[in-house]
Amino acid sequence: MDDVKSGEVIEEPATARPRLTVREEIVGYMQRNPTLPWGLWILVGLLLFSLFARLYVEDVEHYRPLSAGAFLSPSGEYPLGTDSHGRDLLAVNGLGVLNTLMLGLLAGLIGVGVATVLAFMAAYYGGWLDAVVRLVVDVGLTIPSLLIMVLIAIAVQGIDLWMMALVISSTSWLWPTRTIRSQVLTLKERAYVEVARLSGMRGIEIILKELVPNLLPFIIASLVTTTASAILASIGLEALGLGPPDDPTLGMTIHRVITYGGVIMGSWWWWLAPTILITLVFIALYLINLGTDELANPTLRRTA
Amino acid sequence: MLVVWSAATINFFLPRMSGRDPVRARLAAQAMKGVSIGKGIDKIVETYDKKFGLDVPLTQQYINYLGDLTRFDLGPSFSRYPMTVSQLIGATLPWTLGLLLTSTVFSFVFGSIFGALVAWPSTPDWVRSISPMFFAFSAIPYYLLGLFLLYFFAYTLKWFPGAGGYQLGTIPEPSLEFAIDVLKHSLLPAFSIILSSLGFWAIGMRGTMIMVEGLDYMTLAEAKGLKGRTILWKYGLRNALLPQITSFALSLGFVVSGAVLVEIVFAYPGIGLLLFNSIKQTDFPVIQGIVLTLIGAIATATLIIDVGLPFLDPRISRGDN
Repeated sequence: MDDVKSGEVIEEPATARPRLTVREEIVGYMQRNPTLPWGLWILVGLLLFSLFARLYVEDVEHYRPLSAGAFLSPSGEYPLGTDSHGRDLLAVNGLGVLNTLMLGLLAGLIGVGVATVLAFMAAYYGGWLDAVVRLVVDVGLTIPSLLIMVLIAIAVQGIDLWMMALVISSTSWLWPTRTIRSQVLTLKERAYVEVARLSGMRGIEIILKELVPNLLPFIIASLVTTTASAILASIGLEALGLGPPDDPTLGMTIHRVITYGGVIMGSWWWWLAPTILITLVFIALYLINLGTDELANPTLRRTA
Repeated sequence: MLVVWSAATINFFLPRMSGRDPVRARLAAQAMKGVSIGKGIDKIVETYDKKFGLDVPLTQQYINYLGDLTRFDLGPSFSRYPMTVSQLIGATLPWTLGLLLTSTVFSFVFGSIFGALVAWPSTPDWVRSISPMFFAFSAIPYYLLGLFLLYFFAYTLKWFPGAGGYQLGTIPEPSLEFAIDVLKHSLLPAFSIILSSLGFWAIGMRGTMIMVEGLDYMTLAEAKGLKGRTILWKYGLRNALLPQITSFALSLGFVVSGAVLVEIVFAYPGIGLLLFNSIKQTDFPVIQGIVLTLIGAIATATLIIDVGLPFLDPRISRGDN
């Protein structure tokens, strides 16, 4: 599929084009892929909202129950209202959006990190290691990851944000392992890898010096998708009631809305804010994903 | 087969690796509720361990467990004791199957047709103009869309009931009234699944349809002077549908886990709500039973599609010729 891989494209001869500075390079990329800045702006907006919430509420600890009266509709004091247990929802959502994003990023980083190591080892060395990795990935991807995570989460006691990230990363490495592995497989047959091998480089050296730098854009792009699916998974798990009970996250808010009948009682402010925030998170990550397509797949640049 | 076996194995070893003693945990919970358990606790634990077969070595337990599984014997539930896990799942499974099958088939068929129309050059503009709406819906998880629908149609407009599978107080019976009641209760959950997955199928269909349109046999069909409609349905759609079925097999797991969460939002008495309640009551056997049932179902469905696909599409062969 991708005959032209990053190797040749990134190290384009200086004669073909005037050398661009890093800044010009970035600006040019953004202009060619306008969805990337759009996605980033939405993310910045979400962070600003979080900052605003932090500054607006007099005490950040108001995300805890009994900080205010129950079921208050939005007012000057509580711009997003309060829930059934008297949590100030501005504090909950402000901290929640940050926690949810961090959770996703952490699980994404762990997942892609594990995937990168496994995929490179498996694809480069092959043999039984490759067979085992391939089998585990094939089996693991058939089972819905939410169900695996349910099993793990019920076995863990006293779950917090960090545990949660670990639980999610238990399945988030599967997909990137498969995609990165197939990229390494096509890459390792290239002439320059062969040259490196003949010039006496050891396996590890070839992986670190020749293969990893060339696949870095692809790895970054798969970090975006992995983070998005990690966030989706975290919200699903939390909605089921397997999230961290003491930390404010968007998914836990959804869980409480469902458990305490927030929709049927007509407290629209309770579910509307987290729903909009979650949707914005997904849209932002989707746009960034579209925007990094060119990074992952440089052949697109030629046709564009 | 391998999938089911590995899922069963994970299911068996995970709780045992967590180092929690289920019998002691249960007794501690009882003690908190005021049941006094004095010095005899070790004796009690021993008796229960024997009863649940926990006194034999781990390998023997594992073999017993696999044996029980083949007979669909998942043991008794913790929180609703005399009921067994299989009974509980058996009672909820028809609800989930009914909801999921109808809404998935519906959204698959209409999503595919819609996607084909969007890609077809001579489609009226209004069809194309509503497409971004469905594509946008597909970015929102099922259950969040469910919250919106619940608020507008059940709370504000009061057109549909907001919870349950049928009116409380009525007895399930095979009458027309009851059937209408069930239908009314299932419309909102089904609608939220359809609305958000329609776009997913449409996007996939549009992609393959555009590819198919460029192929030689389409040009030939046009050159033969066939009517546009015949070309669209008989030549384009039929060929573009095959990759759709493959992607259907791949996304089954996603569909199922989404439906589980939709049931929770609408308190629909299916397997998802049972899972939700069992998690609240830390009813491990039921949770594990549900997870295993769902994985088994998905593995079976995937197998059926895998085996069936070569019959539908002669281009895919088993590789032995």
